[in-house]
Amino acid sequence: MEFEPVIGFEVHTELKTNSKVWCGCSTEFGAPPNTQVCPVCLGMPGSLPVLNRHAFDIALKVGLALNCSIPERTYFDRKNYYYPDLPKNYQISQQYEPLGRDGWFDIELPDGSCKRIEIDNLHLEEDAGKNIHPEGQMHVDYSLVDLNRAGTPLLEIVTRPDLRGKEEAEAFMRGMKAFLEYLGASDCKMQEGRLRFELNISVRPKGSDVLGQKVEVKNLNSMSVVLKCIDAEIERQSALLEQGGRVAQETRLWDEEKFETRSMRSKETAYDYRYFPDPDLVDVVIDNAMKERLAAEIPELPLARRARFVSQYGLSDYDARVLTAERQMAEYFESAVSVHNNPKTLANWMLGEMKSRLNEMGEDATADDFPVRPAALAELVRMIDDGSITGKIAKTVFPEMVASGKSPSAIVEEKGLKPLDDSALEPIVRKVMADNPKMVEDVRGGKKKAIGGLMGQIMRATQGKANPAVVTPMIERLIAESEG
Amino acid sequence: MSETVRLDRVEEITLDRVRHVALLARLELGEEEAVRFSRELTGIMTHINKLGELDLEGVEPTSHAIPTANVFREDTARPGLSNDEGLANAPEKDEGCFKVPQII
Ligand SMILES: [Zn+2]
Repeated sequence: MEFEPVIGFEVHTELKTNSKVWCGCSTEFGAPPNTQVCPVCLGMPGSLPVLNRHAFDIALKVGLALNCSIPERTYFDRKNYYYPDLPKNYQISQQYEPLGRDGWFDIELPDGSCKRIEIDNLHLEEDAGKNIHPEGQMHVDYSLVDLNRAGTPLLEIVTRPDLRGKEEAEAFMRGMKAFLEYLGASDCKMQEGRLRFELNISVRPKGSDVLGQKVEVKNLNSMSVVLKCIDAEIERQSALLEQGGRVAQETRLWDEEKFETRSMRSKETAYDYRYFPDPDLVDVVIDNAMKERLAAEIPELPLARRARFVSQYGLSDYDARVLTAERQMAEYFESAVSVHNNPKTLANWMLGEMKSRLNEMGEDATADDFPVRPAALAELVRMIDDGSITGKIAKTVFPEMVASGKSPSAIVEEKGLKPLDDSALEPIVRKVMADNPKMVEDVRGGKKKAIGGLMGQIMRATQGKANPAVVTPMIERLIAESEG
Repeated sequence: MSETVRLDRVEEITLDRVRHVALLARLELGEEEAVRFSRELTGIMTHINKLGELDLEGVEPTSHAIPTANVFREDTARPGLSNDEGLANAPEKDEGCFKVPQII
């Protein structure tokens, strides 16, 4: 029997704020353990939470951009459970009146078609701390807890089970990441846990419209792991059903070493969150003025920007897609184009040289981290366009720019990379022609290709400092002179 | 709301319920303790149930005594406690962290 997967996502994203959601502790990543903590986020008795306005605004803006219906009044609930990374013994979340319900998010599939994914709800909550399991020591019987992350504003977006396979799941994750980046909601660094995807997955016989028993999977720390996990779960669940078994309702953890999921909750860890409204926090009334103010801040989103890149700059659909996949890349491009108006060449440099170097800088590196700033790349392309350097030399200048952060003109000056002027060039061209009489004969005989052979020799002799646009007419002139 | 304990009838806090709540609270109870808590908690609930005798016709449920809304703080980071202060009450600590029994 052939099975099809039915997939939904729970997206968790840490919001881009300076301070935590209920207290003024910093949300900066990477500080020494337990140095961004206070009585509120340590859950000390008598401390009281106060809602971070910016965190609420971001969450509401995402809700509006996801086309959710927004309640007139929202509030926070306590989700009670005991875990060492949760110092209050409850997480402040939203169970009964979430910030948004019944929205939708359009994803674009590789064949160019669109699919609408329904959003069940979105709610604002707080992140937990981090449990550290000491490694490399024998017989360790303890864990360490760092509460720097506890209380970081966390937005959860819950989709309906509308996705039907890996391809759609990947399009959803990429689309959602770009969407959150564009909105400035989160920096989405997955390696830092700023963006996390949890999976709800079931399988059913292809063609059936009945939903199978779904399984929740956690601990998926990158998109490629999510995709691997989808494969593993389809296989596991299909095998169970084919043998006449049943899929248990449970939460499973991805095991990165074994490439499979394993059951996480057992009877001993049964949960019952006993939600109730948090009496320490007051309601938030959402009026039209608030919604209008935030709706006005929603920027041009990826699909719209991509269409504009095609129409305004004449880019190919493919180039526009890659350039707009990340907000930072798209902004870098527009900023470079504003300095030197040659969109196609700039796009080529960005998608070629720049992108491969960015990839080397790590999974989370964005155009913002790139050492060559947009104006410097624009200057490089301008220098090629006005003949100050050859395209070949530009390829050697670029890595220098990356390494030193210097401007292209400074590097060209320092290293003497300017193209040779006619008087310096002509003796070299004459010598190459004299050394290659056969090629010269071919050119004379009308073989256009032979010019390429001479050009290659001249480039080698000048270390790339000959401008092809100058060399070609020079060869033609010298041949004409020798005939005359 | 789903799991609110209703106040309009006396409810016995059974042994099973005590064990369930103890599990949720990660408390290890002996048999004697469980029996005692079942008795005492039933007594407490009976007492609280007196509230159910009030005439609340027309009174809206609320979780706050004062009708306030939209209280925010601005998004400014400020220093909190030092690592030493934060860990001052920790029964055990190591490497700047709270040290707890192993989490699997
Ligand atoms: Zn704090």
